[in-house]
Amino acid sequence: MCIFNYESGSRDNSPVFKRRSFIKTLIAFPLGLILASSTLSWANPPTSEVNTTGLAVTDDTVTVGILHSVTGTMAISETGSVQAEKLAIDQINAMGGVLGRKIEYIQEDGASDWPTFAEKSKKLLVNDKVAAVFGCWTSASRKAVLPVFEQYNGMLYYPTFYEGLEQSPNVIYTGQEATQQIIAGIDWVVKEKGAKTFYLLGSDYIWPRTSNKIARKHIEKLGLKVVGEEYYPLGHTQFNSVINKIKLKKPDVIYAIVVGGSNVAFYKQLKAAGIDLTKEKPLLLTISVTEDEILGIGGENIEGAYAAMKYFQSLDNPNNQAFVQAFKDKWGQDIVIGDVTQAAYLGPWLWKAAVEKAGSFDIDKIRAASPGIELTTAPEGYVRIHENHHLWSKTRVGLAQKDGQYKVVYESEELIEPNPFPVGYQ
Amino acid sequence: MFEEYSMAELTDILFMQGFAGLILFSVLVLMALGLAIIFGQMGVINMAHGEFMILGAYTTYLTSHIFETYLPALFDGYFFVAMALAFLVCFALGVLVEWGMIRFLFKRPLDTLLATWGLSLILQQLYRTVFGAREVGVTLPEWMMGSYAMTETIEVPINGIFVMVLTLFIASGVYFLMFRSLWGKQVRAVVQNRPMAGAVGIDTGKVDRYTFGIGCGIAGIAGSAFTMIGSTGPTSGQLYIVDTFLVVVFGGAQSLIGTIASAFTISQSQSTLEFFLSGSMAKVITLLIVVGILMLRPQGLFALKIRQ
Repeated sequence: MCIFNYESGSRDNSPVFKRRSFIKTLIAFPLGLILASSTLSWANPPTSEVNTTGLAVTDDTVTVGILHSVTGTMAISETGSVQAEKLAIDQINAMGGVLGRKIEYIQEDGASDWPTFAEKSKKLLVNDKVAAVFGCWTSASRKAVLPVFEQYNGMLYYPTFYEGLEQSPNVIYTGQEATQQIIAGIDWVVKEKGAKTFYLLGSDYIWPRTSNKIARKHIEKLGLKVVGEEYYPLGHTQFNSVINKIKLKKPDVIYAIVVGGSNVAFYKQLKAAGIDLTKEKPLLLTISVTEDEILGIGGENIEGAYAAMKYFQSLDNPNNQAFVQAFKDKWGQDIVIGDVTQAAYLGPWLWKAAVEKAGSFDIDKIRAASPGIELTTAPEGYVRIHENHHLWSKTRVGLAQKDGQYKVVYESEELIEPNPFPVGYQ
Repeated sequence: MFEEYSMAELTDILFMQGFAGLILFSVLVLMALGLAIIFGQMGVINMAHGEFMILGAYTTYLTSHIFETYLPALFDGYFFVAMALAFLVCFALGVLVEWGMIRFLFKRPLDTLLATWGLSLILQQLYRTVFGAREVGVTLPEWMMGSYAMTETIEVPINGIFVMVLTLFIASGVYFLMFRSLWGKQVRAVVQNRPMAGAVGIDTGKVDRYTFGIGCGIAGIAGSAFTMIGSTGPTSGQLYIVDTFLVVVFGGAQSLIGTIASAFTISQSQSTLEFFLSGSMAKVITLLIVVGILMLRPQGLFALKIRQ
């Protein structure tokens, strides 16, 4: 594409210079090929070609949106995602941007309030005409913005692991859907730890309930037993009764999906009640505690618990070491990086890859180009976008350490296929 | 549902469950005392109560850091210093708030509601700016964690005992202050008849200021104690506020005995129901019981009889 742009951009239309221009073309053709193949960022196609739908793209900039809660209860969780997305944007700009255009971002605050999310997403899409939005964290906020993205044809990169049961043409899900996180984790605990009985526990809303439903089906499929299933309201702070019940039922595994402030209360009280997780009697497996949450819980309170995620800060590969270093250099040496933060970091990179593959910022072209896009530089390793807009990724199990980090004890051999509508699990 | 368990196991669990109920009772009393004093004695509904608790929690967090860095030898005892500091900091802020805001809104209870709610938002944002949006982890001394095993299955959480003792201590402190001290006599006189109390030479403004300060100070102690069992973040105060109001309103706004009775009723029904039902259902039924009783007795369990 580069070579033809060069031609059309040339002012040399005089017939006298025809031959010279011909020679120039001869020289430029292989040169252009070399440039085009060596790095795409050299290509700087005109705006009229790469943006046919009136997005906020100029000759040297492209504007995207960041939409997370930086105030309200969810700020605790969403801050990491904002930091990761800004880091990715900085790094992409340092490499020359996307199709030769620097990324600029407009950040809006969803304020932990779902109608505000919808309002702000409309503002980003309609007023600011952003080329993509990186944002949302809770399922409730995603559900609130979904109609807006579908109506105004925007593209959302959503970072959180979530319950599945959704597949929108206007969303790329960079976190895991429920089956990816749950099934491999349970298989591991059954195979490696010989678990026979499970106690399912969660906060009372859609994600823990759907996840536990899938977990229960899978446990029962394996011929094992669920001895209890419980939900507590969000923000519940007293877990002594359920801890007594767990003591009475003596399950092999506590499968915990407690979130938010409740998390801290649950693990502190578990420890206070004399359940030492390092003894693994019972063993605790969670899918809701990342390194971010451990900051609040305290490493000494959760030491010995297992978590099934796709990413841990301690992953030992060159991509991740570079990512962790860059993240710390930008945001402070004491900072920790959890699963969702890494998934949020993938968003801008996946978008960049899709834009470059499509050769356009148009949403429809990005959508068509997205399936099959792979990222070899992801901190979690290699990922690929599935036809269903979720990511193929590995599942890993980590053992919580006193210092607040996880030690990776298991990694699935293959990439696990995302399956947002699992048959037989609903 | 219990046929598969032996008699011994059931007795143990019954004991543990009773103990869980008592811990919940202490937690509720500790949460509600500060609010009950302010609401009962001044008629001011302090919506920023939860934020005062979190101020106490952050004070504890800072104290733990100071001790860890400068006085590691005394770390085992830092918690007592932290609680005292939490009281002082919250007392000071409370007095300041009363002086700068509440006293102008005295005759307008609904406006105090709005003003203190605004204050709670300001404080939340302040915590977020100073300490960051993420929760902070408060390190506890080793002796306060874990449990004391009485038998093989009966294990008593040490922090539970700590909260119970603390509640007993604070509650009796408040009792002596209110019913056995000169200051308490003045407070009660102001509650019963403000103009007359003023006429006999009681400085009602000063009484109000210290009442508000003490209420906030007790919230600070509660917040400090709850770092053992809960989270410390800018909005963690919101986790406690609903239960706190429930206890105070159910108990009868002007009665400290009512607050204690109501905390006992709510905690025992909650923890018993939680054992037999799931967590969310237990909460629903507890709330239904409270609503039902409040429909029959709108003034709460215990109401102070005063001539209207």
